[in-house]
Amino acid sequence: MKIYKCVSLVALIVVLQTSVFGQDMNALVAKVKAKLDLVNDYEADGKMKTDVAFIKAPLGRVKVYFKKPNKFRLKKEGGISLLPKGGISVNMNSIVGTHDYVAIFSGETVLNNVKVKIVKLLPTNENSDVVLTTMYIDEANLLVKKSTTTTKENGTYDIEMTYGQFANFGLPDKVVFSFNTKDYKLPKGITLEFDDAEKPQTEAQKLKNKKGRVEITYSNYIVNKGVNDSVFK
Amino acid sequence: MQSVIQVSGLTKQFNNFTAVNDLSFSVNKGDVYGFLGQNGAGKSTTIRMLLTLIEPTAGNIELFGMNLKTHRKEILQQVGAVVEKPDVYKYLSAYQNVALFAKLSGITVNKTVIMNQLEMVGLAQRANDTVKTFSQGMKQRLGIAIALVHNPQLIVLDEPTNGLDPQGIADIRNLILRLSREMGKTVVVSSHLLSEIEQVATRLLIIDKGKKLIEGAANELFDPSQTIVELTAVDNNDALLRLQNSQWASNLQPQRQQSILLKLHKHQIPQLHKDLVALDIAVLSLQPRHSLEDYFLQITSGNQHVQAYTN
Amino acid sequence: MYKLIQIELYKIFRRPRTYIAFAAVFSLITIIQFGLKMDGKTYADFMMKDLSSSITIEGNILNGYLVCYIMLQLLLVHVPLLIALIAADMISGEANMGTLRIMLTKPISRTQFMLAKFIASSVYTLLLLVWLAILALFVSMYIFGTDDLFLMKSSYVVLLKNGDIFWRYVGAFCFAAVAMLTVAALGFLLSVFAENSIGPIVATMSVIIFFTILSTLNIPIFNAIKPYLFTTHMNDWKEFFDIQVTENNEAIIGSIQKPEKIINSILVLLLHIVGFVTAAILVFKKKDILS
Repeated sequence: MKIYKCVSLVALIVVLQTSVFGQDMNALVAKVKAKLDLVNDYEADGKMKTDVAFIKAPLGRVKVYFKKPNKFRLKKEGGISLLPKGGISVNMNSIVGTHDYVAIFSGETVLNNVKVKIVKLLPTNENSDVVLTTMYIDEANLLVKKSTTTTKENGTYDIEMTYGQFANFGLPDKVVFSFNTKDYKLPKGITLEFDDAEKPQTEAQKLKNKKGRVEITYSNYIVNKGVNDSVFK
Repeated sequence: MQSVIQVSGLTKQFNNFTAVNDLSFSVNKGDVYGFLGQNGAGKSTTIRMLLTLIEPTAGNIELFGMNLKTHRKEILQQVGAVVEKPDVYKYLSAYQNVALFAKLSGITVNKTVIMNQLEMVGLAQRANDTVKTFSQGMKQRLGIAIALVHNPQLIVLDEPTNGLDPQGIADIRNLILRLSREMGKTVVVSSHLLSEIEQVATRLLIIDKGKKLIEGAANELFDPSQTIVELTAVDNNDALLRLQNSQWASNLQPQRQQSILLKLHKHQIPQLHKDLVALDIAVLSLQPRHSLEDYFLQITSGNQHVQAYTN
Repeated sequence: MYKLIQIELYKIFRRPRTYIAFAAVFSLITIIQFGLKMDGKTYADFMMKDLSSSITIEGNILNGYLVCYIMLQLLLVHVPLLIALIAADMISGEANMGTLRIMLTKPISRTQFMLAKFIASSVYTLLLLVWLAILALFVSMYIFGTDDLFLMKSSYVVLLKNGDIFWRYVGAFCFAAVAMLTVAALGFLLSVFAENSIGPIVATMSVIIFFTILSTLNIPIFNAIKPYLFTTHMNDWKEFFDIQVTENNEAIIGSIQKPEKIINSILVLLLHIVGFVTAAILVFKKKDILS
């Protein structure tokens, strides 16, 4: 009986704490959203670097457009673009923009010398493609430093943000998308490559081949000056 | 007499077969040099060696006083040749063929010069027609035009009458005579058509199995007024013995199996008749023969490929 | 010598057979361009099936540069036959026609004769490649437009920027010219040994097919001889379309992944050309012309 009472007490404390912190996390996320809501629209120039083991691609120039509530478009300025499937259109505005989630406190950590709170967002909408989002929020500046999103269709990807002069608007200077890739292989009979013998891959190389990164460095943000709807078509 | 061709010890061996064996001869300036031999005697091989188409196994060739090996280019500038069937570029016209080879021969290509050549061989009217429409005779004449376009001093014609009809053969004969007598060219013509050579040659070389049999001035080798008489007797051996002991011994020629050959002037034939009777030789037949053909058959192996037909 | 080359070129380009190759290249390229224009998307989608599960690819992938690359991959295997049609006919064709003996009774040296013939057949080869370049590259650029070049190799993909492609094609065509000249030299050499063209043409193609099989089979016993086979090096024009990357896996514009491979292959091919032509001349100088 005593033991039962102890366990119940502990559980109650945890639930109470959780609900208190849960309420705090919702509030924190709402504050972050409020900050992001200051931006009705923006466009920016970007340099995009693709770092996938089996892709050799040069730096690309991109243009990014956003319009409230959740219109987002990344355009490569001429040429062919290689973008991780599904993930690149994700931005903080679209993640925190909806109210269909429950925010749960998940601890604290230090990211790039900045103390961050780890907040897990569980979508309440069962039809949502997003299964879980873990955000690392710099509470002092109301900036999302990193998020890890797991989706039903496109796997899991990380987004790391570095802020600079547009931190006030919650707009990053640099965004790094990390995502999983499948093994790439085409039969030599199709590519007509017969010369080099296949070199056996090391474990590290094999792992490397399964992860890819796209890094976009933004500049020349034009904020709240209006963006034509036609760019999102 | 200035020598245009001087050949000494010429030999050509193909694996185990000796096509030309230690052949020596000379051709003088202005000669129409008849080069005779049966098929496979080595005529074409010799001519090809003269023209550097074939490398001799041994021997020395000089043309115009120059060694052929060391002065090939200078020599060939003075030589025009038709080697066997003269093949030209069938997809080009007669004019284009002559122009092409004229350029190769080192002369300035000039419409007048080319048309003159075609005129000379009777092809001026067909100058712009492609050669694939030409008859064999026309191709032969075109070959000669090509050989002459650069005005060579020595003309080598290897079997020039092959495949020609009688008119074509006559045309070639007239051309050779003209080249020699009017234009002062030296002509070497090989053929197995003895009747044609007889009419044009000033000097002859007869070869057999790659070896020289005889060389000399045509009029010294066979006098058209001299004739070969073929005597067939009841007993040829007895008849031969009797003739060897008579005044006709020096007229006797290398013998054939079935008959006795004597060389004599035509006007001596009646006397021979009388003497045969006096020698008590039972004559079955006494026939005069065509001079060069008989001479040729007489001194070559005379091996008949097909048994003689006698009825 | 110049006069001789002129004459040989005249003979080549007056001959109807010469134009078969140009017509064949035109037909092949036109068919491929037509097919890709009509249904290129299906082809591109098929090629990118694997990749598109994790990467979204946007842009004009099937542009003139990619179409040209596809055609070069196909045609540079078949163009050698068209080269052999002329090169392997150079001496044997003359022997067959009977014109060899007239040619060689003219005051020209056999070495000059052979060199002139090889140079003329080289000019033909180069003109055929220029024709191929005009149709495969320029016409494709006109029909399909230009954009970045997205290439899928067997274990990685390469994205070349629009402005970084044309010079690579110039290099690739120059390399292909050397490769095709090697084929011409081989055909030329084999032509010396026959008196009709079919033999040397078939022999040239047989050698290429045989050596190509040896070059592509991954059997250890053949690996020792592969570097010395000219067929091993003939496809290295593709090296112009591989790019170096920095430590951060960023492609370095204007670079080539293995320039030393290209140089090595060119040297091997040039050596083969010199070897084949020298052998042809030496054999021909001693040859008795019996045709």
